[in-house]
This record gives sequence, C-alpha cells and structure tokens, in this order.
Amino acid sequence: MTGIFETVPWGPLLFILLAGALPTQIFRWLGVVLAGRIRDDSEALIWVRAVATALVAGVIAQLVLDPSGALAETQLWVRVGAMIVGFAAFYLTRRQVLVGVLAGAATLLAVTALTGLGGPA
Amino acid sequence: MTDQATDSSETTAVNWFLRGMRGVLSVPAFILLFSFVGFGALCRESGLTVWAAALTTASLWALPGQVVLVGSMAAGVGFLATAIAVGLSAVRLLPMTVSLIPVLRAPGIARWKLFFASYFIAVTAWVVAMQRLPSLPREARFPFFAGFTVTLASSGTIVTAASFMLAANLPTLLSAGLVFLTPIYFLTSLFAAARLRSDRLALGLGVLLWPLFDWLAPSYALLLTGAVGGTAAYLVHRLTAEPAPAIEPAEATEP
Repeated sequence: MTGIFETVPWGPLLFILLAGALPTQIFRWLGVVLAGRIRDDSEALIWVRAVATALVAGVIAQLVLDPSGALAETQLWVRVGAMIVGFAAFYLTRRQVLVGVLAGAATLLAVTALTGLGGPA
Repeated sequence: MTDQATDSSETTAVNWFLRGMRGVLSVPAFILLFSFVGFGALCRESGLTVWAAALTTASLWALPGQVVLVGSMAAGVGFLATAIAVGLSAVRLLPMTVSLIPVLRAPGIARWKLFFASYFIAVTAWVVAMQRLPSLPREARFPFFAGFTVTLASSGTIVTAASFMLAANLPTLLSAGLVFLTPIYFLTSLFAAARLRSDRLALGLGVLLWPLFDWLAPSYALLLTGAVGGTAAYLVHRLTAEPAPAIEPAEATEP
C-alpha cells in the first residue's frame, strides 16, 4: 500500500474498497448487462457456462497445487491424493457431495498427521 | 410482480425469501462458512485489522479475490497492481453472472433486482442456484436467491470476524483441513450440478489445463484456463453430440 492509503487510519479500508471491491463488482455488473436478452436455453449459454465451469476448475487446481496459508504447509502429493480419494468416494456413493468432502478432508488430515507437515514453510 | 402485485403474491415472495434463508442450513453453505474460518485466520497472519478482514468479505464476497487482495496488502503491493490482480481473479464472475441471470430472471422483473442479486454471485451461490433454481417457479427464483445469498454473505462476514479473533488458538493442521474443504467441495458439487457433458468436460479440462497455463503465463492462468478449457469442452460436446436434448427447461420435472 502506498500514498494516501497509509496516511489516514481508514486508509486500508479505502484500499480494500477501491483496489478490491470495485474491480470485483465491475465484472458482476458487466455480467448483468451482457446477460441482457440471452435466453436460458440458448446455445450461447451452454458455451458461457462451460467457460465459467472451466474457470472454477482452474481455481480448484490453484487451491490444491499452489495454496496459500496453512494449507501450503501440507505436502503436495498428500493434497492431490486427498482430492482423488474424495472424488472417488463421491463418485462411488452415487454422487453424495458430503461423503466426498468428508473423505477428502479426512484423508488429508490423517495422512498429514502420520507423515508430518512438510510443504514449503 | 410490479403492477399486479397482490397481497398473496407478496406473501409468497416472503415465503420464498424465508425458504432461501433456510438454505443456509445446508452442506454447501456450511462448507463455505468453514472456509471463511480459514480466511479469518489468514487475515490475522497477514497483519490486517479485524475491521479490514470483515470489510473484505462483505465488499468483495469472492474468496479467491479476497485471498489475492490480502496477499497483496501483506506484501505491500501497490494500488494499481493489486486492483489488476483482484480484477483478473474476478473475471470468472462475468460468465457465471451471464449464465445465472437468465435463470434468475422472471418476466417483468425490475432491473435493480438483477444488479442487487449479482452482488452476491460467487461459486457457492452459483452452484446452489444452478442446482435449485431451475425447478422453482420463475417468480420464486429471485426471492429464494436473495434470501439464501444475503443470509450467506452476512454469516460469512460474521464468521470472518469471529475466526479472526479466535485464530490464534487454531492448530496448523486443523486450519489446513478447513482450507482444503473449499477445493474438494467445489470439485464434487460442480460435478454433481453438471447436467450436460460439456459441463463435466469443462471441469476436467480446467483442472488439467491450469498447471500448463500457470507455467506458461502465470498472470493469465485462470483466464486462459476458462477460455480454452471451456471452449474446447463446448466444441467437443457440439461436434460429437447426438442432437441436443432440451436444455434445462424451466418447467421440467426433476430427474
């Protein structure tokens, strides 16, 4: 943070609104404008939804392969393995999301408890 | 519901709003709220105040962008670079909004309602809305979505502040487990919500393409993953598909 954002006590809050909230909301407003007259059964929407889905899939990969905070201290192969176990549990239980989430998180915790933390500090 | 709004239709809207609020007592909402526990802890480690942490959740309401913003503030990155990085992480909200608004819309709905609803569009709200809204009557969709998302965002803000204050006591392993809930939940719930093969293809391609684009062009990795992965999934679906079934007709009965 630089300049005005450090000179006043509410500077960080202003920084959050201008450098964080504004660039975020702009894309939601733009989405409403562009959605204009697209019908919800149109071919264009299938494509847009595929793009949105692939983007979120990218967020998933980023969170697992290049995490921040506490998760970064676990080992990469444990995170990837826990994702695979979680998805397999979800798929084999006729797509129960809760089962998959619990199986994945339990795998991460159990294996990390046994083998230790070990990611980059 | 403008001119012909009657007492009964308003009562119905309130009922749908309340049903949306109750939607927060669900697996997806709980998982999201747990991941805000991790975010509150991250804010504390990054040197923010509790007010800044709560404002970040309330004003952005998009966890990946929030993580980028807090990381930039902790690293002392300048205004413009931070705004661009947060903006890049928020581009994904554009196709999500474009695809959700037509589902949310009812005939004659006021435009401000759509802008209001868009404020709350993020992955969890999008996944839940794409799963549940198509089976609701058109006029129920906005009040249901508003009830769900307003309650969810308020709870997320409170959880951020509360976990910020309690974070010092949380062991690393537990924090890691809480943060891990988000990706495994996104993966399974998106797969469960996918109705077309193109959606499932896009999900798989996105996970596989991100490492490649992160290596080629780190700043644009998410954008490229979405554009290339989504378009490829759509084309494969289109070129190899049997004649498309009616796509998520609003009045269809649940499968």
